[in-house]
Amino acid sequence: MADDRKSTLEVELTEQEPAGSTAERPSGGRISRRSFLSHLGAAGIAATASPVLGATAAPAAPPVEQAAETVAPAGAIPVTLKVNGKSHALQLDPRTTLLDCLRENLNLPGTKKGCDHGQCGACTVHVNGQRVNSCLSFAVMHSADEITTIEGIGQPDHLHPMQAAFIEHDGYQCGYCTSGQIMSAVAVCSEPVGPSDDDVKQAMYGNICRCGAYPNIIAAVQAGRRFA
Amino acid sequence: MQPFQYSQPSTVDQAVQAGSRSKTAQQYADVRFIAGGTTLVDLMKLDVERPGQLVDINTLPLAQIQSAPGGGLVIGALARNSTVAHHAVVQRDYPVLSEALLSGASPQLRNMATTAGNLLQRTRCVYFRDTAHACNKREPGTGCSAIDGHNRMLAILGTSKDCIASNPSDQNVALTALEASIQVRGPKGTRSIPIHEFYVQPGSTPSRENVLEPGDLIVSVTLQAAVAGSRSHYLKLRDRAAYEFALASAAIVVKLDGSRIEYARVALGGVGTVPWRSREAEHLLQGHTANEATFRKAAEAALKDARPASENGFKVELAKRCIVRALTTTTQAA
Repeated sequence: MADDRKSTLEVELTEQEPAGSTAERPSGGRISRRSFLSHLGAAGIAATASPVLGATAAPAAPPVEQAAETVAPAGAIPVTLKVNGKSHALQLDPRTTLLDCLRENLNLPGTKKGCDHGQCGACTVHVNGQRVNSCLSFAVMHSADEITTIEGIGQPDHLHPMQAAFIEHDGYQCGYCTSGQIMSAVAVCSEPVGPSDDDVKQAMYGNICRCGAYPNIIAAVQAGRRFA
Repeated sequence: MQPFQYSQPSTVDQAVQAGSRSKTAQQYADVRFIAGGTTLVDLMKLDVERPGQLVDINTLPLAQIQSAPGGGLVIGALARNSTVAHHAVVQRDYPVLSEALLSGASPQLRNMATTAGNLLQRTRCVYFRDTAHACNKREPGTGCSAIDGHNRMLAILGTSKDCIASNPSDQNVALTALEASIQVRGPKGTRSIPIHEFYVQPGSTPSRENVLEPGDLIVSVTLQAAVAGSRSHYLKLRDRAAYEFALASAAIVVKLDGSRIEYARVALGGVGTVPWRSREAEHLLQGHTANEATFRKAAEAALKDARPASENGFKVELAKRCIVRALTTTTQAA
């Protein structure tokens, strides 16, 4: 029964996907979690109130991130951001953090929002090769910068050695902090960090893992450093 | 977050001009300079700062670290904390500054935070950061929630009946021991302010934290030439080994002549409302033999005027032991 429902829902949502919206869809025609959630966000109340989920899910509204890209909010100013080697001309409310811009305007949700106050490291990206907390910076401040996100260092069919090392060493549990961990770990490879596990702990303490996968994270970073 | 106008001046003078339109350079300044953003963006999200205009100074040519004519080092306002900490001259001549910087925040934050921004780092007092609570520093005249509240992290030196917020910076403690000076460009020109004259203790006006006026832009910090033969060190004590603010810290600069202390500078962090210079401790060190009895006497003098609140009495002894241990380490080094 549960399986039937799931497949009904998938079919429903797949049919509602706007034409050309392939960025969020992994290969194989299945929708991603984010795509699913952005539909559910619009239809959430109706869907949860209905006994037959498939019948009411997802009205014909475009995903949130697409709307944000095309409609400039009041007070928006123009900014061009170079992210993962590609330039993007945007109209942004100056209050937009680099983190929110990446996720909501540029459809790069690999960078995660944890604390949103520079305390957890989930939002770590590289700006001009240096790791930073993207939640504590306004996007409009980065027009002259080269920004790299987790999407820019590797892809499922062509992983960065550090991504491969995290998989090999099971350097996560829930995975929410992982992209920030990996972005920090890649930066560590070009920072003056000593060879020991204690050195890695010192270099990685700006990335919190609430699951406590630290031993495996350290093993992954050590393994990834050997290939970087 | 409140809406704001954003501008990016192309010269220091333009920045100063934009800043001079602010009614104040202190709490709730309506025009704020933004550099790394690690303090300001955080506080804007909390509604603790509500500037109507942000002046982005990141493209100004203020990031250089250069030798000063006649010895010493001039650190540009925009030099990132990580850059300063790993700078060869800083590591060689001013290790206390490198150690202090590397003991603070996280690698990511140090890549963003700047020298001048760190000078202006705001307190981590939870009541200052929470607009639901009374705070004389944030809203003058509303009272201090910390004095009878959760004050374990807060100051025991330089407090007043209106505020016990501690200065959270590590960098500024090292700069105090190094007797750094701060160069400020303002509407009336450039001036140099010794760091011990830069910060203002809370008294009855805790919302004023330093001597800056509207339009004043910190352009550099100057370290005088390191005292020949001196050693320096920063010791930070905290609840965990990394990524935490100091309960007590000590920045030490000493020069020995045999076993006699010829020169000593002592500054404390985590315990003061401002980065805390202890001339009393220095007085009891200089000219005396470097041993534990001398260090303990100096430590007692440094904390003589401590006035703990309900939860931070432990800091008095902790700070004393911090001083003794930091002096022991420094005088035993190589």
